[in-house]
Amino acid sequence: MTAPACIVELSGVRVERGGVRVLDVPAFGIAEREIVALLGPNGAGKTSLLLSLMALLPRAAGRLLWRGAEVATARDALAARRRMAMILQEPLLFDDTVEGNVASGLRLRGVRRAEARERVAAALARLGLGAIARRSARALSAGEARRVSIARALVLEPEVVLLDEPFANLDARTREAITDGLERTLRETGTAAVLVTHDPAEALRLSDRIAVMSGGAIVQAGPPAEVVNEPASELVASYVGMETVLEGVVVRSAGGELVASVAGRDVHALGAASAGEAVYCCIRPEHVLVESVDPSGSSSARNVFPARVTAISPAGPYLKVKLDCGFPLVASVTGESFAALRLARGREVFASFKATAIHVIRKGEAAPARRG
Amino acid sequence: MDLIVEGVRKAVELVVTLDPEVLGITSLSLAVSASATLISVVVGVTAGTAIALASFPGKRLVATFVNTGMGLPPVVVGLFVSMLLWRNGPLGGLGILYTPTAIVIAQAVIATPIVTGITIGAIQGLPPSLRLQILALGATRRQLLWMLVREARLPLLAGVMAGFGGVISEVGASIMVGGNIRGQTRVLTTATVMETGRGNFDVAIALSLILLSLTLGVNAALTLVQQRRRPR
Repeated sequence: MTAPACIVELSGVRVERGGVRVLDVPAFGIAEREIVALLGPNGAGKTSLLLSLMALLPRAAGRLLWRGAEVATARDALAARRRMAMILQEPLLFDDTVEGNVASGLRLRGVRRAEARERVAAALARLGLGAIARRSARALSAGEARRVSIARALVLEPEVVLLDEPFANLDARTREAITDGLERTLRETGTAAVLVTHDPAEALRLSDRIAVMSGGAIVQAGPPAEVVNEPASELVASYVGMETVLEGVVVRSAGGELVASVAGRDVHALGAASAGEAVYCCIRPEHVLVESVDPSGSSSARNVFPARVTAISPAGPYLKVKLDCGFPLVASVTGESFAALRLARGREVFASFKATAIHVIRKGEAAPARRG
Repeated sequence: MDLIVEGVRKAVELVVTLDPEVLGITSLSLAVSASATLISVVVGVTAGTAIALASFPGKRLVATFVNTGMGLPPVVVGLFVSMLLWRNGPLGGLGILYTPTAIVIAQAVIATPIVTGITIGAIQGLPPSLRLQILALGATRRQLLWMLVREARLPLLAGVMAGFGGVISEVGASIMVGGNIRGQTRVLTTATVMETGRGNFDVAIALSLILLSLTLGVNAALTLVQQRRRPR
């Protein structure tokens, strides 16, 4: 994770508050154009990690590096900060107009007035805030305030932007609109980002890498599908949702229905993605049926695959059955069915799931090649 | 009743005819209290911001002292400043007792805790993560302080008004360190006390009315600044 291509990275960083360790990160860095999602429970150290990257938390140990060079002095820290931007959980707007708020960082960084005006106008337009540019920041809805705080950060044209739950406390529609705008901007400008979120779907959709935190440490980090499909612990599993996530490419799409090619097999789903687009197909274990005979004729399920049982583990009142259908799939099965189907490792079965049971997430276009 | 009517009539006459003595007293009052307020704002906003932002042992104690200072009795201040400036006192050599400068000093001592206390409250009233947000935007230490003061400008201007209100209306310290010398250190409050003592109610009423309008005028101006360009 400490490849030399990192823009900003933490090395052996420990942060303590009142003698209590709140962050312990041996190595964490963000590469050029990379979007990293941070998942984890409250108090896991996600915000502390962001603040450490911004050189805003005193470290008990460790180093902060900006493009390989140590950020040692207050002057270094200011210089590094001025090449990044951060969006905190609260919009924290200033008692000023919308455009005054968006211009505030540029003013602090000494950007010339004329240039600042142009950049502010462009940022306002990009986030759909042009019409309310002169309104008081005190008279905004939650969604508008959030967009202003995003505009205030992105207008700085940062090399890395750190986002601490930027979509918290927003209704689904507003959230969707803001996520879209943000994703587009990040991808178009190639801005690297670290995004703290509680929503695994959001992490899948936006990120190139997921890091799960707990107790101040990163407990697992890797490509989204890997973290979601192979959580390293129960804790990670509980935060990434235990879904099967399949990476695929849409081969056909019409009338809201699509067929995605997943590991060479056609998976039918409902979704708005168009042909050629990379998608994640998410299937919850309870939506996967396991049968001993081919249900193709008798079932309405569009997706039926011969499968082999690779693992069985108890999961509360159910059993979690891992299947290999050419791609991995997890099904939850009751004890009764388990007995009736005489399930065991290596047994050949049929797995089926409806097209409507699949949650399709469009992968950010032009996602850069992932690093291991 | 006649007394009051006659007083008001006389007051209006004194104001309308721009009585030179009344004019002198008024302008001295304004100059002295404005200077004292200015000093208290410079000292109080700086100290208040520093106290609010710094974390040090005994911070609560310091805040308690400042808050107590907000209710400092002017006569006590007058007594101490008099002793300091007394001919044989530590600062007696300056020879400024019974001058407007002495009144400015005493009034600044009265107003500074008021401005400091309100500043502490105003800065501490800002969201705690606002500091982080401002720094994250790339602010230097100095820019951070400026932004915080700017964000707290409404309560801070209330502090300025409270400070000015406190000193323009105090009489104890002004009379003790100024001496109410005609044409030199006589201000509106000290003159009002004296005229009332002499039974010259008309003049006293006139001076009181001027004092009231002055306070109103200054506070109206500050309120205007406070509410100015507040985006709608």
